[in-house]
Amino acid sequence: MVAPRTWSVAHVAEATTATPHARILTVDVPGWPGNLPGQHVDVRLTAEDGYQAVRSYSLGSSGPGERLELAVDEVPDGEVSPYLVRDVQPGDQLEVLGPLGGYFVWRESDPAPVQLIAGGSGIVPLRAIARARAEARTKQPFRLLYSVKSAEDAIYRDDVTTLGEQGIGVTWAYTREAPTGWGGKVGRLMAETLAEAVWSVADAPTFYVCGPTGFVEFVAGQLVHIGHDPAHIKTERFGG
Amino acid sequence: MDPHRRAAHAGHVDGNVLAGALGRLFGGEPTELIAVCGSCGTAARVAEARVEIDDSVAIVRCRTCTRTMLTLMFAEEPPRLVVSSLGELRGG
Repeated sequence: MVAPRTWSVAHVAEATTATPHARILTVDVPGWPGNLPGQHVDVRLTAEDGYQAVRSYSLGSSGPGERLELAVDEVPDGEVSPYLVRDVQPGDQLEVLGPLGGYFVWRESDPAPVQLIAGGSGIVPLRAIARARAEARTKQPFRLLYSVKSAEDAIYRDDVTTLGEQGIGVTWAYTREAPTGWGGKVGRLMAETLAEAVWSVADAPTFYVCGPTGFVEFVAGQLVHIGHDPAHIKTERFGG
Repeated sequence: MDPHRRAAHAGHVDGNVLAGALGRLFGGEPTELIAVCGSCGTAARVAEARVEIDDSVAIVRCRTCTRTMLTLMFAEEPPRLVVSSLGELRGG
């Protein structure tokens, strides 16, 4: 039996603005055992009066080492995310618990083609998976569909742009505003766009769908509707 | 020996006999466990359950019939789990 998990101190090393509403935090966690791509951590903040708040955040990084990357999207009127996006500075401390989750993870040994589908900040664990593929130097077929409000709202925008150079097919979908020259139709992700962007049923892909609950429900429902195996659709819902 | 068979032979034993089997059940990744709804019988990974969450409590519902299977008081130290309409828990 494993020992009960305990909280670890995380030292904030870097805080980088990712979008007008999101920041990427690099934290050092002494004793961190490493993590699989797609796993997350619980972050605990303690106020001066002792009040504590816990939230879950996906890791944008994976592999060995004691340095982790969290990408945090601000939830308006939230208790934790505004602090992490606006206030926390290098040198500050947080508490983290993890690595957590064994379902929404990618393992190099899985030979199936991979289809990543992100809505908004759902890109974070998928970025960890895509980067793990690059680090594994595998030629395993990967595709990514990334739905965002606008280009400036895309966390890891530069990273995603370079994924194409690594042989990952990237399809962008814009729900509010598209960059000049983009040929698609702006608006909520449509069934046709989804069906065209993903691997076919015959390819038997494994799906990783992450984003707001409504987005994930829509995407997973459509994938099953067009004939994909529900057992190969892994989902992670952020709420909202 | 199978614990049930041992119990049948000895009248009854105590919970120490469960250590191996419970360790095999709970020793891995908990969200990979399969939760079977005690109401409608849907079997799904804990990771796939419908969860309503606030600052201190997570209500874990069956994705099919929405009955509450578990309630997890995660802000408590240590956490506390109340079992409601959970029919069965098995290794994933």
